[in-house]
Amino acid sequence: MKTYKLFENLGYEILNKGEDRLVSGVYCCDLLSVAMSKGKENAAWVTVMSNVNTVAVCTLVDMSCIVLADGSSVDEAMLEKAKEHNVCVMRSKLPVFETAKEIFDTLNLFGDRLEEYCD
Amino acid sequence: MLSLSYDLHIHSCLSPCGDNESTPCNIVGMAYVKGLDVIAVTDHNSAKNCPAAVEAAKEFGITVVCGMELTTAEEVHVLCLLPSLEKALELDEYVQKRLIKIKNDPKIFGEQLIMNSADEVSGSVENLLINAADISFCETFELLEGFGGIAIPAHIDKSANSLLSNLGFIPPDSSFKTVEVHRRSLFPDLCQTHGYLSSCRVISNSDAHYLGDINEPENFLHAEENSAEAVIEALKKPCEK
Repeated sequence: MKTYKLFENLGYEILNKGEDRLVSGVYCCDLLSVAMSKGKENAAWVTVMSNVNTVAVCTLVDMSCIVLADGSSVDEAMLEKAKEHNVCVMRSKLPVFETAKEIFDTLNLFGDRLEEYCD
Repeated sequence: MLSLSYDLHIHSCLSPCGDNESTPCNIVGMAYVKGLDVIAVTDHNSAKNCPAAVEAAKEFGITVVCGMELTTAEEVHVLCLLPSLEKALELDEYVQKRLIKIKNDPKIFGEQLIMNSADEVSGSVENLLINAADISFCETFELLEGFGGIAIPAHIDKSANSLLSNLGFIPPDSSFKTVEVHRRSLFPDLCQTHGYLSSCRVISNSDAHYLGDINEPENFLHAEENSAEAVIEALKKPCEK
């Protein structure tokens, strides 16, 4: 499934539309230094950490989008950076686990092959 | 006692997010123009631009305190100030060994330039400096004590990478006596929520990533003399209120 379809299905708030790209899994982490080394390529990254470096880490790891959980607030600098790097940033009101589960369930529903991603 | 105007948190072009115009020589020159007595060059997790800053400062007669802004394992920023260049470079070596090793991509994070005292690029740091070091917030204070320096929780009122945003509380066994606050007007409110802070000295620095953001001489501290050792001593003393 691609990012635009994902947020349409889940009704997330779009903070920066960015690139419509493949989402093949979910990754959760709030420490940027951990996400930087352990993040999964093409995953939707669920986090409450919202600052310019979140966008930088997403780009570096090549994750497909940032999903801010718990209605995390964002600043202008982060959105500017997201525009610059064409990164999709969306926001969910639910906590991290519920948000990740909802994305996971949606990906499954549309027959995305998560087991390949999990290997 | 001397009253010294200070700005003890300035990033150079070594920090990936620091402007490339912010060379150690330019920082010292700007501090001189502004009339500051003492500044600190504090890049993310590295002191490699301190040698050039110290050299440049000789010409201008201002004091450069060598240091860095350490990113702890919890991604809390802690301002580390050292009594000498040698100690700062020792700390640099200690921290490099404990930093998560990921290559910097200058296109995403920015360049990490090392400059010499002639204001020329003499090298660059390959691994990304804004990463977390495997040093916990609590152990940082004792670590700096061992180096004869001081650790100061940085911009505790900021919503990213601060003691209050990342840990959310002040560890009960804390012993620090000085904190850095970005917006001083918020400090009374912070003291209401975190009683420990009432006993702390507050300093305010620019955290400048651009030359123009370096503070005017509007903040003062009192020290026995204008030297790195005396400034650190002054910040270590219990706060008299």
